[in-house]
This record gives sequence, C-alpha cells and structure tokens, in this order.
Amino acid sequence: MSTLTEAPPPLAPEAPEPKPPKRTGRFTPYWLLLPGILWLLVFFALPMIYQASTSVQTGSLEEGYKVTWHFATYWDALSAYWPQFVRSVLYAGTATILCLLLGYPLAYLIAFRAGRWRNLIMILVIAPFFTSFLIRTLAWKTILADGGPVVGALNTLHVLDVTNWLGMTAGDRVLATPLAVVCGLTYNFLPFMILPLYTSLERIDGRLHEAAGDLYARPSTTFRKVTFPLSMPGVVSGTLLTFIPAAGDYVNADLLGSTDTRMVGNVIQTQFLRVLDYPTAAALSFILMAAILLMVTLYIRRSGTEDLV
Amino acid sequence: MTNKTDPSGDVRLTGIAKSYGAFTAVHPLDLTVPQGSFFALLGASGCGKTTTLRMIAGLEEPSAGTVFLGDQDVTALPPYKRPVNTVFQSYALFPHLDIFENVAFGLRRRGLKSVKKQVDEMLDLVQLGEQARKKPHQLSGGQQQRVAVARALINHPKVLLLDEPLGALDLKLRRQMQLELKRIQTEVGITFIHVTHDQEEAMTMADTVAVMNGGRVEQLGAPTDLYENPRTTFVANFLGTSNFIEAEVDSKSGEDIVLKAGGGKLVLPGARCSAPTSTGGRVLVGVRPEKISLSHADDAGEIPEGRNRITGRIADSSFIGVSTQYVVDSPVCSDFEVYAQNIDRDPRLVPGAEVVLHWNPAHTFGLDAAQDADAGVEEAV
Repeated sequence: MSTLTEAPPPLAPEAPEPKPPKRTGRFTPYWLLLPGILWLLVFFALPMIYQASTSVQTGSLEEGYKVTWHFATYWDALSAYWPQFVRSVLYAGTATILCLLLGYPLAYLIAFRAGRWRNLIMILVIAPFFTSFLIRTLAWKTILADGGPVVGALNTLHVLDVTNWLGMTAGDRVLATPLAVVCGLTYNFLPFMILPLYTSLERIDGRLHEAAGDLYARPSTTFRKVTFPLSMPGVVSGTLLTFIPAAGDYVNADLLGSTDTRMVGNVIQTQFLRVLDYPTAAALSFILMAAILLMVTLYIRRSGTEDLV
Repeated sequence: MTNKTDPSGDVRLTGIAKSYGAFTAVHPLDLTVPQGSFFALLGASGCGKTTTLRMIAGLEEPSAGTVFLGDQDVTALPPYKRPVNTVFQSYALFPHLDIFENVAFGLRRRGLKSVKKQVDEMLDLVQLGEQARKKPHQLSGGQQQRVAVARALINHPKVLLLDEPLGALDLKLRRQMQLELKRIQTEVGITFIHVTHDQEEAMTMADTVAVMNGGRVEQLGAPTDLYENPRTTFVANFLGTSNFIEAEVDSKSGEDIVLKAGGGKLVLPGARCSAPTSTGGRVLVGVRPEKISLSHADDAGEIPEGRNRITGRIADSSFIGVSTQYVVDSPVCSDFEVYAQNIDRDPRLVPGAEVVLHWNPAHTFGLDAAQDADAGVEEAV
C-alpha cells in the first residue's frame, strides 16, 4: 500500500541528454568471427580446394601431377569401387539403425526414469571416450575371437544360423565378417546417438505425458503421438552423427573385417597411403561427400523437423 | 445440456489421503462436489489442493480412500480411462501439434473419425476459430489458456479439473478469463473443480469454495457464507482481512452474547459464534474492516445507540481512490484495519486523531480463542 501513497519521484530536468550510443562497437561481431573464419579458411576451405584440384590432375608420382581437368577419374573411381560404396552405406545404415534401437530405450530411461542414477548412467555412456578408439576396437577383436564365449553363445542360441542366412557371417566365425564390422561401428558410434536423443527427450515437459494420459491416450499411444514426435530432433541429429562418420570409417573394417568387408574409407586410405594414387583418392573422397550430402538432405526433408521447436 | 439434478456426475471423495513418506500432503478427506457446480479448492501453496485434484484426475494415486464419479469407483482407473479432463497449470499444450490437432487430440484417441465439426464449434466457443492452424507458441498466454480449456471441454467430461489455470496470466487478463470461464461453465453445465490460491478468483467464480490448509479442508461453503461466517481464524484471514479482539464472555441477553473487552462491552449474535460461550470463557471477536465506521472522538455523542464501539487513535491512513484504509491503534487491538468509502471525507481523520470505531453488532463473529489470531495472514495474497 505504501507505494500508492508515496510521492512521485521528482523530475530531473537538469539531467543531461543521453548521448547517442557510440558507433565503435559496430564491427565487434566481425572481429569476434575472425579467428573462426581464419581457422575454417586455412584448415577447411584451402584443403578442400587443394583436394578438388588433386582430383582432376593426371600424372605419376615420379613425374609429378598436373591439373588436366581429367574428370574421368571420378567415373573410373566410381566404376571400380562402387561395391565398397554400397557396402559403406549398408554397414553404416545398419549400424545407425542398431544404434537407434539400442540407444533410444537407454536415452528414454536416463531422461525419464533414472532419477538419482541419471548422472552415473550418463558417465557410463561417455566413459568409453576415456580410452582410445583404436584400443576399444582392438578389444572387440578379443571379444569376437573364434571359439570365444560370445561366438559360442551366439552359436548355441542359433543366432549365427540367422546371420549366416543373411550373409552377415560365414560358418561359425564372427570375426572378419560383415557382422563384426557392423558390431564395431555400432559400438563405437553409440554415444553419438544416445547424447542427442537424451538431450531432446530430457527437454520434453513431463506434463505433456500427463496431458496425453488425461486425454485418453494409453501409454503406448502417448509415446507414438507425443514423446516420439517431440524427440524427432534428437533422432535426426543422432542418426546423422552416427551415419556420417560411420560411412567414412575405415578402422572398424580394417581391424574387425576382412578383404571382403572393405568400405570406401579403406579404399581411400589405401589409395592415399599405399598406392599413392592421389587423384583417385581425392575423387573418391568427393564422391563420398556428395553422396552423404545428398542422402542427408533427402533425409532431413523427409523427416520434416524444421518446424519442431 | 445436462440434467443438473442427475447425481451421476457427482464427484465423491471418501477418506481420500496422500502421503509421501513421512509427509502427509492430504489428510483423510471427505468431499462431495455436486453435478453441474463450480467448485473451488482454495489454499496457499502446499496445502494439498493440487494433490487432491490430481487424485481425482488419476495422476496421483491416493494412499487411502476412494474416488467416486457418480456411482462408479474410479480409484484404480488410470487417467486415460477416467471420464475427467484437466486444464493444466501452464497449459501443457502439445508443441508439435497445431491448435486444431491439440483440441482434437482427445476425440481422436477415442477413435472418432470426423472431428472437424466438433473442433470448429469448440474453437468458436473459446473464440479461437481463426487460430486453428497456428502452433501453440504463436499464441498469447490468454489464447493458450483458452486452447487448454477447449482441449479438455471438447471431450464432454463428467468433471473438468482446472489446476491454477489463470496463474500465468497478468491481472487484467486474469479477471477477463475468470468471467470467460464462468460463462463457459454456465453454457456447458459441466462440473468444474478449480484449484487456486487466489481468494478473489475463487470467490468470483465458484458456487462453493473449500478452503484448504495443511492438507485439510478448513471450511466449505458458498463464498458469501465463508466470508461472513468464517469458522477459523485461518479462513477469516485468508479470505479478505479480519480484525480480532480477544474478549471475555460476560452474560447472555436473549440471542446475543455480551462480552467484555478492554473495559468496554461488545455484543455478538449467538448464532454467529462458533466457540463455546460459557460465562468467563474467552472468545475471539472478529469484524471485517469494511463493516466498521470511523467517527472522530468529538462526534462520539452522535453515534447511534446499540452499536459496538471501540476507541483508538489513527496510526496510519492510505488513500486508494475508492476508499481510504486506516490502521487504528486501540487498547484492545494494536492494528485495527478500517476501510472507509470515500463518500464524505472527514478532514479530521488523519494519523494521530482520536477516533471511535463502531459497527452493527450483527456484523460481529465469534471464534474459539484457542487459535492463533494471525493464522493465514502470511499465506493470503
């Protein structure tokens, strides 16, 4: 009540006119952008241009390479290595779907049910990053070793019969088969699926679940009509973060696969480092990049997540 | 639209209680909300009103007791099987669906195929026909609030539960929506149970108000009844403002009780005293600030006979336009509040002036002196 009876604050006519804001701050945003732009220029744009020029060069290692605008390299590379491209997309796609199937329930559990265990489970999800990617992948060699417990169990449960039929394993071996590569990819990229899924699930207001239940949606319907649609941004970013690096990966195929499971990443690596055929390697890199860009664009268009908040 | 005498829409709570570990949110509670009424659960935060509402909705499982909707025991039913809908605090609209789909959600879940006509009608009822294809975040708070009401009402629930539905709106919009909700309730005739901490809101909208405090219903009744005849100091202070004088029962004259307070005598109608009144016993005498007239001490002779009177000195006065609020320091009560309409202002009534407070004894109520006279003062808004 006191505010109502208080005298109005005295006017201060002698107060100086506020100065117009200084103009010197105009360029501040650009100065702040500069380091990042320089970094991108030097470490991304320039190498890209260099690679692009390499891909249209001809010559040999002894005589040196010259830009001859030889676009046929692209066609040659594609016709020679298309099976590896297809394999990359298949393996990465399968690993992405497996990651989604494994990661979604886990992210859901952490976001809605974990309670005070939430932080611990999150640490466990991230814990593998404390060891090197290479060491973890090598560990899978031991896990999937011939005659090991995992292979034995899969054999007893007749899982290998199914995977043999699918062409993902051969006989009673898992190591050096497509299954091993897909397992490795799934394992290595799983956290990249879980983290964005968790972030988008965690943002969902719990009252929306209550509201859906209040409006006659049983729990399964609530999931289909409310939770899942609202987690789509997480699903999209999770699948992209898994698929894109998995499609270009060569370590898993190298360590867990065989010559029959070579992915395009392995080809690029070999062309660059062993065969020293730089134009082909550069062309393959660009084809892979273009293919991924195309697939990602179509996927994002399809999933229609633009108007999700 | 609905038959108001049909008891199938009554909400009956019998011995309903909720505890979380050692903390009891709601003590065993019996409550009947008749079909077609506008019922308010009023109380400060943490008084158990929202928990009670959520138990009716099925969002909270009672620790004990039964919830009946009409003759049906719904205690064990999950929310999606109860013929009850809720307007949530801050609305909980589905952000990925447009307004039309938000409103159609309940109908679609019950397998209705052609929802367009019903949704359009409902959106017209809440005056949002134009906004059907917008997303919730494109709407203002008041509009979102109306969507939340429409989304619940379209299902023709037996009971509509409103959990602080106006809490997020600014004062002006809140007043407007109060009338709007009242209009909708009259139009559709559905039972509304409204949870609020705003006593003015409860009194404007509801036919019956239950004042809750510490997990119990303190008092239940029509707004005027609660305001005029509070039975506890909590209700007296939470609903509006009350002045209390501690007095001693002196004698009884007919229907009235005569009390002694600070050397003077006060008269209290026996029917308005909820405390035991044996001679010599102590009673808290209550009177509302707007029932009191204020006269300057020099005019004491002009005060008609038969009115309760108290002397004091004005300690403070605040002019608020339609009325002036005085705080009077008197021997029986150190801060006696008086609201005087600004009709004929007496220029002598300024802080420091000696005054006589007087009021019609019929406006006096009596409460048990064993309770805290300040209960509910802090909680009131």
